[in-house]
Parts: sequence; structure tokens; C-alpha cells
Amino acid sequence: MTKKQKRPSDELSDEQLLEMYYYMVLSRKLDERMWVLNRQGKAPFHISGIGHEAIQVAQGFAMRKGHDWYFPHYRDIATCLILGVTPRHMMLALMGKEGDIFSRGRQMPEHFSYKPAKIVSVSSPVATAIPQAAGTALASKLQGKDEVTIVGFGEGSTSEGDFHEGLNWAGIHKLPIVFVCQNNQYAISVPVSKQMAVENVADRAVAYGIRGVVVDGNDILASYDVMKEAIERARRGEGPTLVEAKTYRPVPHSTADDDRSYRSREEVEAWKKRDPILLFEKVLMERGLLDEAKKQEVLDRVMAQVEDAVDYALNQPYPPVESAAQGVFGDSPLVKWSKGVKG
Amino acid sequence: MTIKTNLQAVRDTLMEIMERYDNVVVMGEDVGPRGGVFQATRGLYERFGPERVIDTPLAELSIVAVAIGMALNGYHPIAEIQFADFIFPAFNQIVNEAARYRYRSNGAWPVPMIIRAPYGGGVAGGLYHSQSVEAFFTHVPGLYVLAPSTPKDIVGLLRAAVQVPDPVLFFEHKRLYGLVKGEVPEEYYEIRLGEADIKRQGDDITVVAYGLALHEAIKAADKLSEQEGIEAEIIDLRSLVPLDLDTIYESLRKTSKILIVHEDNQTGGWGAEIAARIAEEMFDWLDAPVMRLGGPDVPAVPYAPPFEKWFLPTADKIEAKMRELAEY
Amino acid sequence: MAILVPMPQLGESVVEGTINRWLKKEGDPVEKLEPLLEVASEKVDTEIPAPASGVLLKILVPEGETVEAGTVIAIIGQPGEPLPTNIPKKVDLHAVGAHEITAEAPAEPAPAAEAQPPTEEKPDGKRRRRGPKVTPVVARMAAEYGIDLSKVKGTGKGGRVTKKDLEAYIKQMEAAKAAPPPTEELPPWEQPGSGQLFQPSKWEEEEQPPAVEKPKPAAPPPPPPAAPPSPPPAAGEEEVVVPLTRMRRAIAEHMSRSVLTSPRAATFMEADLSRVLAHREAHKAAFAERGVRLTLTPYFIMATIAGLKAVPEANAVFREDAIVLKKYYHIGMAVAVPDGLVVPVIRHADEYSLLGLARKVNEVAERARAGKLLPDELSGSTFSITNHGVFGSLFGLPIINQPNVGILGFGAIQKRVVVIEDAIAIRPMIYLSFVFDHRVLDGAAADKFLATVKKTLEEWEE
Repeated sequence: MTKKQKRPSDELSDEQLLEMYYYMVLSRKLDERMWVLNRQGKAPFHISGIGHEAIQVAQGFAMRKGHDWYFPHYRDIATCLILGVTPRHMMLALMGKEGDIFSRGRQMPEHFSYKPAKIVSVSSPVATAIPQAAGTALASKLQGKDEVTIVGFGEGSTSEGDFHEGLNWAGIHKLPIVFVCQNNQYAISVPVSKQMAVENVADRAVAYGIRGVVVDGNDILASYDVMKEAIERARRGEGPTLVEAKTYRPVPHSTADDDRSYRSREEVEAWKKRDPILLFEKVLMERGLLDEAKKQEVLDRVMAQVEDAVDYALNQPYPPVESAAQGVFGDSPLVKWSKGVKG
Repeated sequence: MTIKTNLQAVRDTLMEIMERYDNVVVMGEDVGPRGGVFQATRGLYERFGPERVIDTPLAELSIVAVAIGMALNGYHPIAEIQFADFIFPAFNQIVNEAARYRYRSNGAWPVPMIIRAPYGGGVAGGLYHSQSVEAFFTHVPGLYVLAPSTPKDIVGLLRAAVQVPDPVLFFEHKRLYGLVKGEVPEEYYEIRLGEADIKRQGDDITVVAYGLALHEAIKAADKLSEQEGIEAEIIDLRSLVPLDLDTIYESLRKTSKILIVHEDNQTGGWGAEIAARIAEEMFDWLDAPVMRLGGPDVPAVPYAPPFEKWFLPTADKIEAKMRELAEY
Repeated sequence: MAILVPMPQLGESVVEGTINRWLKKEGDPVEKLEPLLEVASEKVDTEIPAPASGVLLKILVPEGETVEAGTVIAIIGQPGEPLPTNIPKKVDLHAVGAHEITAEAPAEPAPAAEAQPPTEEKPDGKRRRRGPKVTPVVARMAAEYGIDLSKVKGTGKGGRVTKKDLEAYIKQMEAAKAAPPPTEELPPWEQPGSGQLFQPSKWEEEEQPPAVEKPKPAAPPPPPPAAPPSPPPAAGEEEVVVPLTRMRRAIAEHMSRSVLTSPRAATFMEADLSRVLAHREAHKAAFAERGVRLTLTPYFIMATIAGLKAVPEANAVFREDAIVLKKYYHIGMAVAVPDGLVVPVIRHADEYSLLGLARKVNEVAERARAGKLLPDELSGSTFSITNHGVFGSLFGLPIINQPNVGILGFGAIQKRVVVIEDAIAIRPMIYLSFVFDHRVLDGAAADKFLATVKKTLEEWEE
């Protein structure tokens, strides 16, 4: 895209830009606090989105909230916040407390699910959502709806058969779907060089007859441009796009991972200089939308949210144990259960 | 009353369901113009077109996964796996995804769908076109597993299955497709999931079966009745999950002797669970050990005709076991 | 309700028993399973436990008498209970449950037409000790209806009572209940008389009312064969007459018969026991920890079995028309007891590990010495051994334990000078004495057997 062409990000108002910034900071601070809570023993597990905030906020703003379908990547804290999941929801899920809207304490944290925003329940085996998303997109198309399905995943997922089968379907049926790969260079400890023989994940798109685009996943406005275009193309019936957002994971894979064994501190430090929040702050400051005082104001607002969410979640009880035995099947008058054989 | 084969029962009911419910789609390999390799979907494509009868790529994993995605977005898909032997690429999607979606989202995301697959041996299908795979799925909470063996049951259960808001595995015995004929009532009826059917009444022993084993058991029972005065009560499970223990137990209270027969490998087959439940819950009613007759523990039905006969639950084998039980 | 006490069957082929001693008197209280009397057969005394609790109402067969198995020898009941008038002579020993008798029930010996087949002898010689199977539903229904299963005809496998049998019985029972009671049940003033007046009175001796059947006194034991009258002892030539014990009599009879039956030959070898002794030293403590004293007998038995496996004819029985090779190994082990000798049998001795065999050997020997062997443990051997060396004997000519084909004696262990590879060595040596029936085994076979035993002992693994 040249300077002359109008970019989707040019359409964003100042308020929107500041809102994007707010969500980046909110996501980051919630995320950081979750690490702390885990190390404090208050949360058994956490898997982080730190470093991914640019692409996540970009895609959140690019999709039509509550209208488009969204199969999240398990790191997509920021996107979910934009779509309506609250910091309290995030903390409740982190601790597995009653009130957890994702799964009522049944799933690990960051397995988002929020029906009002069409956020489809995340499972742990990666890539399984990709062909499912193709199914949802097919359903939208068959019903003549202008919904787009967005499905997120890491570059490791692109090695799974599910990925290839999903892209194949999308290509065959020209589905209204955007595949968003957040390539953060590592699948736990396995570097990209061991994960694939191609330079870019997006290079694979051609194999399935679909469009592939690479973008700097730490540049929020560039990411927004790519996402907005891909989503609107899909909505217009012009077919699927495989978006590869190049980014980096400055933290370990999860709270259970030790990354010192597979990468150098120098590499991590180098990438920290490209922290998406830092980069966006520069842009906002250049545009005169942000100064130190404003930064502090945003931070205060964010921290108030974080503290509230943590306090709230800490004080919630766990769901009753009996609830774990319920809800395997839905009720139906056409199903008869014999004595003691209840699903 | 019309007389139909099992296959006609499947096809006619699919046709009927597609008419009745706009959000039902049929998808699988060769289900469109080809009408399915067993002709189970013949005529559907001509009637409903490519948007409702979808020929899929050769990719069982995504046949099921795409069906899941469609089920999340307003459809009740009926996915076909061409042979039950090929269901395993989709195993992850069935067990980790379809079966778990509702539970893991605390009820937010139910997955209403049917996966149909022909199973069983006796068609010179060899090791990879004859398998019984139900035991892998009866074990998973969140899946309904059905295996009706007569036209009347197929019609009634398929009508019910498409109204159930959860994943249903619908196994059709391929040898019985053309071999079994039966009456199907004209008036509309449904058969609830979880209801077994007593196909033959008797006082001496109870025999629980499904699939080919059911029909062979009936043959054996008729012979034993005529020649030796042994009266077997034959229970056709029809549904494997939910399991109709009420009907089984009621029969057991009468006869106190029970034999479970199935074509699937005996070890870890669904009969093992039934036997264990009976031993736990009906011990004081037993006048003989709980007996099972399952397939030999070899990797499926070998191809050569003598091997097929050796593997499958034929009437003579069932007869011998029934006699053993009756004489205990 | 009184309980009949029958003479039990004391062994597979034993059909009668002698009452040695009643341990209770009539009128004594009795606990179920408490020893009630001592009974003897051939060589063994056995205590019979009471089949029920109550009072010993009546002893029907006195001490010293010999009766057939199944004969009713006593009655147990409640104190003060009148004796039943319809006591059967014998009962079916294979019926399940206690032998109950009620006064009003008609005399009911267990059905002569056997509803249940006699205890089967399984091919390996084991005798089924339990009665026919009772399945859960039958047990439950019997308990619910208060039914004695021994009264129910069984048509199931092995003669067991099936659910259907029980259902039929219950139906019958209920039909019987519905029927009007027989007229004898009514009190006399409600029973009609014959209606005939003034019948001639009887002047002959009246018959006595039927009394409890007195048991016929058993014939006194036959007097010992008369020995020729001996002249009265002269002064200075004193004699003591020791009456033959039952055991002595049995031994005498057996030995004479054995020698008359089998033309015997013998062969001797010696074996170096160093390895066996070393093994024993090494494992003694470990075995002791498991509560087992490790003697040399288990080693001897295992070596013997090795020999029997090498020469199957040694583990056989001579028949008029054939030699029957036994494919199982029941080893008889001679044990000295206070007034003689018994040869208890260790069945399937080849299936034991050294530890198991050691344990079994000790246990059997202990019971032999205490006179507590079961009748079955005294028969059925396929081969026998004797540790005659314990009292110092080096080698001997033991008598074959019929119907075995051979007997192997183990002599005393002595440290002797032997020559090994032209050098003098001192080794613990033992003589092995093998006496065999020459109808079945020839010298070569006998030597092969003995050589295998020797080799097994000498090459015992550490």
C-alpha cells in the first residue's frame, strides 16, 4: 500500500485510536497481573498474550462485534476484551471461580467462550478450530448472511492436518473466512525453522487457492489495515485470506514453561525494543494524541480495572462440586435414561 | 404398512428429514450425484441441490469438523463417514470437540449433529471395510451411540436423532442394508433414544444383541425353541448409549440368565460394560454367570470367506452359547 | 427339629468306619463343629464335628461298632425334645445342608432316586468337598422362602438346584399348604371314629407301639487269627504280649502283601551333596523369614521328580494287561510316627517351588506325627521316598509302597574321602537306594532313574 491509497486505518478517529491504545494497555496489565497471581500461588495456570497486543487489538477493531464469528487463539486476551469479555471474566476464569462465563471452572484459563459476542469455546488441542471455523463460514454463506468468521492460531498449529483441511475447504467453497496466524517464532520451544520449510506461513495459502498476506504483527495500524481489508473482502464474497502477523513472544509459552533452555536473553531483549505498545505510543505521540499525563491517565484507568477484577475474583467461591457432573448432554424428551445411567 | 429394506429405511428417512427441516444438510464423500457408495443418499442431491447435499473432500477430519462448525451456526448436519473403519482421522474432532463442546462451555455451545457410518462385516470387506467401532465411542460422555438393525427401528430412531441437541453416532450394519426387510408403519412415529426392544419373548434365557448378531440370535432362538424347547428372550438394544438397563433388568428378573452377543471384538466391547453393570446391580438375580459372545480378538474381519464365517456372530455359534446358558 | 448325625465317608474308597470313642454323652450340650466322636478307618483316626448345635439326644451306635458310611449314628436336638419316631437308617451324604428331621413329616430318607449325583472324582483324583453350586438368585429365594435346598430336586448342571427348580418347588409347597391338613393332624375328639360299635375285644398279646428303632448290635470284631498255643513260659524266660495295634496290623499286612506282589530288585548309587548343602545354607535364613524351616527333604523330592520325568515307567502302576504311566506326581514321603510308620502323600509335588515344597513337607510331617492326617492324604501316591538315613542307616532295602513301582531311600549323609580328578577330596556323600518292581523296570531303566536323581542333586544350582 502506498501513501497515496486510503488505508482503513486512516478512517480511524482519534477516539478510536486512543481506545485501541487503552485496550493494549488493559490487556498487558491484566496479563502481567495474571503472571504475578500465578507466581503467588493464586492461579494454577496462565498462558499469556504479552507482545501480541497489536495484532489482537487490530483484529478486534476490524471485525464486526457480535456479528462476525470468532474462534480465538488462546492468547487473544485483548481481542476478547474488545468484544465484550470483562477483566472480571478474565480473572474468574484464571482462578476457576463461580461466575466464570467461559466454562464455569471446567476449562483452563484463556479458553475463551462468550456466546453474546459469538466467541466460540476454545479447546486445548490446537488447530481443531480451523476446519470448524470453515464450517461456520460455510453455514453463514449457505444462509446468505454477511457474517465473516475469523479464526486465530499460532504458527505451530499450521503443521496440524486440521489446518490444511480447513484451508482446503475454504478454498474449494470460497468461504467468508479470515485465518489469522500470529507467528511469534516459537511453538513452546520449537523455533519456526523446525516447524516449516517455507519462509512464511502465508506462502501456504497458494497451495489451497486462497489469498495469503504477511504483516508486521507488532505494528497495530498495519495489522488493522490487513485485517480490515481481509474481513471486508470476505464479507463481499471475494473469498478467504490467510493473514500471517509476524510477532514475538517475549515471555515463556505459559506459566509452566522455562524458556531459558531454548533461546538467548539477547534475542528477547532485542524484541522488547519492538514492543507493540511502545511502538504505538510513539505513533500516538507523533500525532499529538498522547503525552506522559495521558499515558498515566490511561494507566490509572487500567489499573483500577485490574485491581477491581482481581479483588472480585479472589472473593468469589468455586462452583459447587456437583456442578461438574451436570451438563454433559442437553435435555430432550426424545432421550430416555435408565436408572442411574444419566449423562 | 410398507415393506422396506434397512437401506431404504435410511434413505427414505433422510429424504423425509431434509423435507421437514430446512437446517438439515447431508455431507460426506460421494453423497451427491453418486448417491453414496451404498446408495444411502440416492435422490437427495437431485431434490435438494448442492447447498444441502455436499460432496466433501476426502478428509474425514474436516467432514466432521466442518459439520461441527455448521452445527454451531444454525444447522443440524448429518455427516457421513463412508466406512466406519475410516472414522479415526475424525476421532479427535468427535471425542475432543463434538462430545465436549457443550460441557466445556457450560452449555453455551451445544453441537447438534449426526455422524452416520456403515459398519460390520459379511461383505468380503476385509480388515478395513468391516470394522465395528462403537466401543470407542460408547466410552465417551457426551456422545449418543445408536445401532438400529431393522427398518422400523432405523426410521424411528433417525427421526428422533435429528431432534436431539447433541452429537449422535448412527451406525448402520452394511451387510444388513439389503438383507433385512421389515414393515414400516405409514403413520408418523418416533423411537426415543435409550429404548431397547424385545424382538422375541421367552422365559428361559435373555439374549442382548444388536446388528448382525441380533438377526443371527433370533435365528438361533427359533431353532432352539423348535428343537429343544428352550425359549430365549431377545432384546435388541437399538441404542448403545443411552443403555436401556430397565428393559434388560426386567427380562433378567424373569429368566435370571443372560447372554450378550455382539460382532465387535469381545475384549472391551460394549458387552463388557453391560456385563459389569449386571454383575454389580443384579447379582442377586443371577442363576448363571453373565455370558458374552463377541468377535475374536483379532484386528477385524479377515477377507477370505472361511475367515469371515469364523469371525462373525453366526447363528450356530450363538445357538451353542445359548444352549450352554440354558443348561447351566 | 432334630438333626441326624451320619457316619461320614472317610476316604474315596472307604465305605465304613468304626466308632472309636464318643466324646459326648447323651444329654450333653453340643456346639456346632465341636468334635463329637472319634472314628477310625484303616490307618487313621478322625474326629467328627457336630453338624449342629443343641443337645446330643441319642447315640444310636455304640463305641467299637463298625457301620457303613451314611448310617445314622446319633441325633442332636433341643433339650427335652422328644425323639422322632421315624429315624431313617441311612442318609444321603451328598445332600446340601444339615439332615433335618421333623416329627410329623413322613419318614423321608433322602430320595433313593438320586436327585444329585454322587460326588464326582475329578481326573486328577481330587474329590469335590463342597455340595452342588448354589447361585445367587437361588440362595436369595431359598432364604426368602425358608427352603432347605437339600429337599429340592435339582435339574441343573451337576445336579444343582436351578431357579426354575426352586420355583416349581415353591409352587408345590404353596399348593400343599392350600390343601386341607390330613386327618391325623386333628385332635382326637375331632376325628371321626369307624362308626362300628361293639367289636370283639382282643385277647392275644397286643403289639407294642412302634418304638425308636434300636440299632442292631454290630458283630464283634473278628478275633485275631489264633496263634498256635504257646507253652507256658518257663521260669527265667519271661514274655510280654503286646497286642497288635491297628497300625501295626495294617503295616504288617501291607508289607507282606507288597513283597508277595512285586519281584524286587535294587540298585545303589552315591551322590555328592555339597551343592545342595551350600544352597541350603544360603537360603535357610530367607526361608526362615517366611516361616519355613528348610530341610533336605524338598531337595530330595525335587530330584526324585526329575528322575521320574526321565524314566516315566518309574512313576507307574502294573496292571495285568498294561503298565499305566501316571502323568502326575503324587510323592509319598515315609514319616516315622510314635507307633510305626505312615506314608503321607504330597499331591502334584512337581508344581511346587522349593519354598512351597518345603512348607508342604513340614506341614504334612507335623500332622502325620500328630495323627491328624486326612484319609485322602494316605493314598494315591505314584512314587514314594524314605529318609531312612535320619537314624544313621547308610543304605537299605525299603519295601515298595503298593501300588507304586519303586521306592527311593536316602541314607545318612557322611563326610567321606572321595577321589575327584585324581585328587583326594572330602565331600558330604549320601547313598541312594532304589528298590524297584522288576516286572516294570529293568536294571538299565532303574539305573537311568537313579543316575538322574544323583545328577540333579550333584548339579544343584547355587
